[in-house]
Amino acid sequence: MGRRILLTGLDTFWGGKVAAALEKNPEVEMILGMGTGEPSIGLERTEYVRAEQSYSLLERIVSSTEVDTIVHTFLVVDSTRTSGRDLHEVNVIGTMNLLAAAGAPGSSVRHVVVKSSTVVYGAGPKDPAWFAEDTPRSRPPRTRLERSLTEVETYVRDFADDNPDILVTVLRFANVLGASVETPISRNLARGMFPAVAGYDPQIQFVEEDDVVRCFELVVRERVPGVFNVAADGCLPWSQVARLAGAWRLRLPPLFTREAAAPLVRLNLLDLPPELEDLLRFGRGVDTTSLKGLGFRFDTTSAGTVELFARAGRLSQPVGDRVACHSYDSDLEAFFRHSPAVVRRRS
Amino acid sequence: MRRQFEALPAEPDPADARKDDVDAWGRSEHLRELVRKVGRFYYERWFRVEWEGLEKIPLTGGALLIANHGGAIPADAPMIMQGIETELGRPVYGLADHWFRTVPVLGTLWNRAGGIPAHPDNAHRLLHDDGQLVLAFPEGAKGPSKPRSERYQLRRFGRGGFVETAMRAGVPVVPIAVLGAEEAMPMLFKIPVLGKALGMPYVPVTINHLLLGPVLGTLVYLPAKFRFRVLDPVIFDVEPALERYPLSRVVKEADAIRQRVQDELCDMLAGRASVWFG
Repeated sequence: MGRRILLTGLDTFWGGKVAAALEKNPEVEMILGMGTGEPSIGLERTEYVRAEQSYSLLERIVSSTEVDTIVHTFLVVDSTRTSGRDLHEVNVIGTMNLLAAAGAPGSSVRHVVVKSSTVVYGAGPKDPAWFAEDTPRSRPPRTRLERSLTEVETYVRDFADDNPDILVTVLRFANVLGASVETPISRNLARGMFPAVAGYDPQIQFVEEDDVVRCFELVVRERVPGVFNVAADGCLPWSQVARLAGAWRLRLPPLFTREAAAPLVRLNLLDLPPELEDLLRFGRGVDTTSLKGLGFRFDTTSAGTVELFARAGRLSQPVGDRVACHSYDSDLEAFFRHSPAVVRRRS
Repeated sequence: MRRQFEALPAEPDPADARKDDVDAWGRSEHLRELVRKVGRFYYERWFRVEWEGLEKIPLTGGALLIANHGGAIPADAPMIMQGIETELGRPVYGLADHWFRTVPVLGTLWNRAGGIPAHPDNAHRLLHDDGQLVLAFPEGAKGPSKPRSERYQLRRFGRGGFVETAMRAGVPVVPIAVLGAEEAMPMLFKIPVLGKALGMPYVPVTINHLLLGPVLGTLVYLPAKFRFRVLDPVIFDVEPALERYPLSRVVKEADAIRQRVQDELCDMLAGRASVWFG
């Protein structure tokens, strides 16, 4: 029997792209995507269910579909677009319910992949230049997002301890940039105005969205357990990021940074989540030796990621979304899938 | 718990779209060049640095250079870096208190000029993975913050972390005895209240301040004669890349190295006719 995969967050960039990549794998028999909205990209054979992540529902879905793999991408890492309560509900409670369902008696689940972020390491003056997966934070979590992701990882760790027969993979992604993913950093870059803290020029690491998807695909295909940092080679100074992306750096004062930025944030001219404030001072680098030990190679370096992003941005300025990379229409999709008029060839 | 790194050679960044020369550690060769140009005056004319045993510093591979630390705002670190980079043509990465990182402008300049926060992981990577020369002052802030009356009396060498770092990375420790730095900016007293308020390790009031005022006194050193004596490298006969090393061995080695630097300093002091002319 082929692999049966449950994927959360199908309507987000992450879920959609990962589902599209998994579809190409012939070993995968079935993909069931969950989401709270419509999927944003065209998918060939992924089943889609629109549902909240409540325990009773998840438990029913898991037991009735007999999935063997859960890919949990529905974790919010952009704290500017989500209230504190929603952040907690989605990240912590959502993960808790999912893991509870996966670990229920008689569960068919054998592998759980969870998307996390290098935000769990924080950013502070006492940090090493490169975090390995087991390097502890140098100070306790300071922001809502850091706290929520740390809690999520604690749940995942406990789950792995309690269920030794289930493989558990945690992927900690660095700042993702790409043509389609939207993050506070990408929004700032796209506006051409980029926050910076005057006097600081930290080293920042990025990862390209296609590398992100390939990484997901690899750990699902090869069923590798463990915690992995996912970040492209090299770090680059913030000033250089701005130069590569052609963005102007708005230098905020080192003291009262938040207060100084508040009016611009209010006017939606700037994105400055608290995590970014620390990052803009101290930067963060992560070590990817373990991921490379699996044979994974990044296609793009950190600097290359920023270049690619800048290219995509320059392209979209004149043509906008008219050259749609993800033209998707749910009605049409339903027609292709279910209408008797469509000729289906069995392979 | 710390990770062990496999013996991978430092990979060059392929197809890197970098537009300037800041490396992964934040060091900029352009800025180093500039610092060396300015530092040349201090190195050649002001402190008239003289080396003994420079040939003991390895020309290839990682090595942990350690030295005694002196003077309220120590000039020894930039002078040692300047000397090795100009005389041997090898870059030196200087480990220092993470406090630098928190200071706007100064922190960035410090980092671009080869300053690295003194974290064991950073030292390990630089020494083992990148095979670089790393300069550290095991006394930490206790060295430069001691009063003038206690000059050239070495403080505790931390907890011997530098020995453990060198053992783990499998590199030699090269001790350097520094003469002159203590007299270039002698400490009179500290202002603990101000230090606490500013989050600084200590705030010194120096003889330079008395002579030249608060601003110039911070920037201008007294023209003491600098002598650097490189001692025989210490190679530890232990297996590298272990999680932990016996505490007794680490402490013993650290103490022995400290004692050697102290003995050499006493020897150099005994042979010094003048603070200013050596």
